Amino acid sequence: MARILYFGRLSDLTGAAEETVALPDTVSTAGELRQFLDLRFEANGALLEPTVRIAINNELCFDTMAVTETDEIAFMPPVGGG
Amino acid sequence: MLTVTEGPLDASALLNEFEKTAMGAGAIVSFTGLVRAEAAAGQVKGLYLQAYSPMTENGIQAAIDEAKTRWPVPNVSVAHRVGEMMAGEAIVFVATASVHRRAAFEAADFLMDYLKTKAVFWKRETTDQGEAWIEPRADDYADAERWAKSSD
Repeated sequence: MARILYFGRLSDLTGAAEETVALPDTVSTAGELRQFLDLRFEANGALLEPTVRIAINNELCFDTMAVTETDEIAFMPPVGGG
Repeated sequence: MLTVTEGPLDASALLNEFEKTAMGAGAIVSFTGLVRAEAAAGQVKGLYLQAYSPMTENGIQAAIDEAKTRWPVPNVSVAHRVGEMMAGEAIVFVATASVHRRAAFEAADFLMDYLKTKAVFWKRETTDQGEAWIEPRADDYADAERWAKSSD
């Protein structure tokens, strides 16, 4: 099971800040995971926005990066503190 | 020196401590950011800051390291609060020390622009109008752009 984290406003959309997900056979990359979860949450593209970046195991990645069942995958909307 | 903490930030104490570590410097600049009482959405009741460890800490440390390569600032201190806080409380503290003032001012300014637009935090504001997640403003991004190197 992959551990998926939703930060900032995305947790309002998904209803939880984190969950574990069994990755379906159709999902082997970060980009495919975006598509899968966006449909599952009926997010209307909110998870597909280019400003929402994905990190796998604490490293930002491109959508072409492979995802596996042992990964921690974070969906990160635009950041900023101060 | 980097601290990300859920506890309150005491800017005076942090500055006192920093002055000891920066002994011998000719210039110390410090900045304290406070939770604003007034926001676009109304009167601020509270602010919640979310981080993603260790990415948050690693990113800030990399920014501190970059500041040290770009300016002669051997001593840098950054403290950032996370979790729930109230209007008027300190959310961030940055201090830099150098031989001369210009480097200390610029390095502190650079670090604050990093913290506002690139540091891995998410902010949720509670006002009398309700709750809303806040993302950096166009002005914040424009400020951060000032430090872009021509090779970036």
